[in-house]
Amino acid sequence: MKKRPTVGEILQAKGVSRRGFLKYCATTASILALPPSMIPRIAEAIENTRRPSVIWLSFQECTGCTESLTRSASPTVEGLIFDAISLDYHHTLQAAAGDQAEAARHAAMEENEGGYLVLVDGSIPLGNPGFSTIAGMSNVEMLKETVAGAAAVVAIGSCAAFGGIPGADPNPTGAVSVMDLVTDKPVINVPGCPPIPMVMTAVLTHFLTFGTIPDLDKHGRPMTFFGTTIHDRCYRRPFYEQGKFAETFDDEGAKAGWCLYKLGCKGPTTYNACATTKWNSGTSFPIEAGHPCLGCSEPNFWDGGGFYEPLSTGRFDSGTKLAGAAAAGVALGVAAAAAGRSKQAKFTKEG
Amino acid sequence: MTAQQDVQRPAFPFHGNVRPIINEVLHAVDRLLETDEATTIDLAGLPFGPGELEYLEAALGTGELSAKLDALGTSRIRETAFPGVWWLEHRNAHDEVVGRYLEITRTPEILSSQDVDIIAGRARLEDQFA
Ligand code: SF4
Ligand code: SF4
Repeated sequence: MKKRPTVGEILQAKGVSRRGFLKYCATTASILALPPSMIPRIAEAIENTRRPSVIWLSFQECTGCTESLTRSASPTVEGLIFDAISLDYHHTLQAAAGDQAEAARHAAMEENEGGYLVLVDGSIPLGNPGFSTIAGMSNVEMLKETVAGAAAVVAIGSCAAFGGIPGADPNPTGAVSVMDLVTDKPVINVPGCPPIPMVMTAVLTHFLTFGTIPDLDKHGRPMTFFGTTIHDRCYRRPFYEQGKFAETFDDEGAKAGWCLYKLGCKGPTTYNACATTKWNSGTSFPIEAGHPCLGCSEPNFWDGGGFYEPLSTGRFDSGTKLAGAAAAGVALGVAAAAAGRSKQAKFTKEG
Repeated sequence: MTAQQDVQRPAFPFHGNVRPIINEVLHAVDRLLETDEATTIDLAGLPFGPGELEYLEAALGTGELSAKLDALGTSRIRETAFPGVWWLEHRNAHDEVVGRYLEITRTPEILSSQDVDIIAGRARLEDQFA
């Protein structure tokens, strides 16, 4: 494998002081949702890690995930691309085209055999391989060829992670997810439609910092970002506990910022980091803008029922029973809130 | 010292996410006094409704000491009106906030000169007057 510079060496060459490096490590800890007590370990790891080669494959997708990533504030995607990773292949971002682009992919695979990362956005059609091809190759062929020598695969977005829109009923292209096809390599799922930019960069940063893949939940999602629900960390949660719900999008409750549960909020069953990481460089997130969570980071959310139907309508058929369901939720909610709060404890002693 | 008592609760719906953080700060101050242990609270991991973070910052106010660090973008390090409670804000080269912390400590570590830099600085000083 070609010897690439460590991130420590890159920063040093740029004349970044030790103080600047400590700041970089502190913000890295924050991005990885690690406690500040981990900063010394991060510093040590970053100083000694060589930047990995990354190959990004785009299949049946809308480029929304790339759009989201390129709006990532911290670290900036340019920073990541130029300083921390070596992005050797990406249809939308690379300058090379045609044979030259394919040659770059093969060169990166050969030079970094066993050590490169493959990022995939979009689902893979199995119904007819001709539904989606790149350089005359079907998506499934290209995926198999590229992951053969990879260290790990990251499925970016709900389409790559779970099939997404292409895979929704009636799934006309026979779309499947990355983990349906890649079974002999670690697959990290970073779902969302699109995923939060910072979560995407954090997964890359984790690999870059520790050379390992993060702890994953049962759907292959990194626990640091998908370990708690939107509801666990929602700032409207105190209203949920008090049983104060907006009934329509323009009633007094909605104006007062009450809980959106009755308007179909899927926050209680959706694992994602929107409530704290937020969107648009930390500006706000859908619930803060007055709209319920759609549950976009959960498997098969497109087929999961109406966006504006309360979660409880699956179990109760009349609107009048909803109040009872919500009240029961309040009682359960208190225990869940305590658990959620202790889990979110990014409040750590420093040695 | 600003009169933090003057900071009004926001006029918009207040969601009650600030008070628990104040409790964490109080516990951390006790720990600092009793065992000399510093605490860092990463504000990025905590839920805030509209205006609550701004309210927290205004309520903690500004104390006697503040510093600006220029390294990979600007950072502001400021003691709040409550001694031992520091507000740190790191920005990247594009001036976007990349980290916000409350440090409960006597001096935040990032203010100290670091050995690697001191050694490099000494060499430069010697060269300059060689
Ligand atoms: S139901 Fe939705 S709006 Fe209400 S507290 Fe939970 S996540 Fe927030
Ligand atoms: S709030 Fe819910 S639907 Fe919206 S982006 Fe976050 S997880 Fe997806």
